Amino acid sequence: MKLDRTTIAIGVITVGLLAASPLLPKWAMSLLNVSLCYGTVVLGMMLLMRTGLVSFGHGLYYCLGAYAAGTVDQMLKLPDMALMVAAGAAATGIVAAILGLLLARYRDIFFAMLSLAFSMILYGLLVKSSALGSTDGFNISAKTLFGVALVDDARRYAGFGITVVLTTLSAFALNLYLRSHRGRLAEAIRDNELRVEYMGASVRATIHLHYVISAVLAGIGGALMAINIGHIDPEMTYWPQSGEFVFIAILSGTGNVFAPLGGALVFETIRSFAYEYSPNTWQMVLGITMLVVMIFLPGGLWSLLQRRKPA
Amino acid sequence: MSTILHAKGLNKNFGAVTAANDINVAVEQDSVVGLIGSNGAGKTTFINMVTGYLKPTTGSIHFEGRDITPLKPREITQLGICRSFQIPQLYNSMTVAENLMVGIGIVASSGARWAKSNRLDVTPERAVDAMLEQFGLGDYRDRQSGLLPEGTRKLLDIAMAMVVRPRILLLDEPTSGVSADEKFVLMDRVMAAVREGKVTVLFVEHDMEVVERYTHRILAFYEGRIIADGDPAKVLDDVEVRKYVIGEAH
Ligand SMILES: Nc1ncnc2c1ncn2[C@@H]1O[C@H](COP(=O)(O)OP(=O)(O)OP(=O)(O)O)[C@@H](O)[C@H]1O
Ligand SMILES: [Mg+2]
Repeated sequence: MKLDRTTIAIGVITVGLLAASPLLPKWAMSLLNVSLCYGTVVLGMMLLMRTGLVSFGHGLYYCLGAYAAGTVDQMLKLPDMALMVAAGAAATGIVAAILGLLLARYRDIFFAMLSLAFSMILYGLLVKSSALGSTDGFNISAKTLFGVALVDDARRYAGFGITVVLTTLSAFALNLYLRSHRGRLAEAIRDNELRVEYMGASVRATIHLHYVISAVLAGIGGALMAINIGHIDPEMTYWPQSGEFVFIAILSGTGNVFAPLGGALVFETIRSFAYEYSPNTWQMVLGITMLVVMIFLPGGLWSLLQRRKPA
Repeated sequence: MSTILHAKGLNKNFGAVTAANDINVAVEQDSVVGLIGSNGAGKTTFINMVTGYLKPTTGSIHFEGRDITPLKPREITQLGICRSFQIPQLYNSMTVAENLMVGIGIVASSGARWAKSNRLDVTPERAVDAMLEQFGLGDYRDRQSGLLPEGTRKLLDIAMAMVVRPRILLLDEPTSGVSADEKFVLMDRVMAAVREGKVTVLFVEHDMEVVERYTHRILAFYEGRIIADGDPAKVLDDVEVRKYVIGEAH
């Protein structure tokens, strides 16, 4: 396998973050945690966007991943981080495989709105189910990682560690996929579905696959978030959450797997600082940021880095 | 010579319009067939039916004896029937090389459903280079396909149809939008590629000089019917063809 620059950078960043974790102040670690979890969800959004699709309901899988993790912890009494994430990935994979049968037939605003509809159905179901805490959700607390018991600070570090590893692993795998023959079909489908079919490949099967991959990434992000925050509630599948993912995806651009991760970090940083320094106008700050990006960087923040490279 | 493609009693109606009216054609392997006819005569409709984009209202299409009428375009492509389009269908945001690589990639990762002849015997990168060379597109390699001149887009569209190494190639007006002096250059390239790959060709063409130069047989369409079929010289001399297709006053 040829090592491209992205793969090398992913490796360096993984090792760097893990090595630096003992030195990180709490606020920085939690900022990174949230950014990485969001980033993982937006990696999936990026794959869909490359395929020409925008989901306004990816909160569905983010929330589903979190609730699957929570169920493993609270109902099955298996509070292991690895198991919880695996449950999040499996649950979202299965649900997306089924919903994808329908969604892969739709495009554009219909795809976006249908995704939103499904996410709101989950919201309704969760709000109605008192066993899952209704609108309050419930607390969860992972106590082991691969069976190793974690106490106090170790739990925080383990949560950060597994988040760093799984996020960068997701980025690595997606990067590999996007460079594969199959992965290249994403942009081909976005450009011209007719030609893809007339070259002998199935557009619908590819969209279905990409939908499932993006859902699993969102599920992993949601499960990791649940582990790190220790609380889940139906807001995770409410429409503003899905909107946030679209926001970050557009802010980031789709040029490289680092775009969603960097974009999520920028988003979270702006949000935390704006929230701290002007609690009543932080939405306005984010809105203006988006406006500036859309006008000056239609390819997202990633295009800032791209321009420096000679073509 | 054996029949590779056989259309039997094809009819296609769009509301009151009859775009195909009892079309019966048996195409011999390795032949080059020209489809002529004025605007709206049903040439594109015929190609659309053979490649599965449109289903005939009645009638059937057979490829090497197998009924392919119910198949999807993708399945028909996998059998080795490929096409270019009257309006080039490219991946406009990609470069010329990337356009071809998509197709090569599909072939390279294709399963057992595909015809054996499709299998790549070189690396995908080599295969792309070979196609660029074969179609004289080397200079455009890294140019974005959406920004190319029309003639080059037409040529790339044909190359895209050749990527999966077809047994039958259907070209819809390959030389339209191409300047008069470049028409023969383009057709020479296509025909050279075709001969190398032993491909049966059907192409729609409005320029009778081009048709006469490259075909073994001509099908003349008029209002969904085939009004003449046979040797080029004979068909081009046919009274009805001269009247309805070539448009000569008599
Ligand atoms: N999808 C469609 N819906 C309705 N009518 C159609 C459709 N496709 C073709 N037709 C009609 O069928 C007839 C044959 O059209 P077709 O495109 O096959 O002609 P053509 O011989 O390719 O003409 P041209 O030289 O202009 O490309 C025309 O009257 C056309 O308007
Ligand atoms: Mg036509």
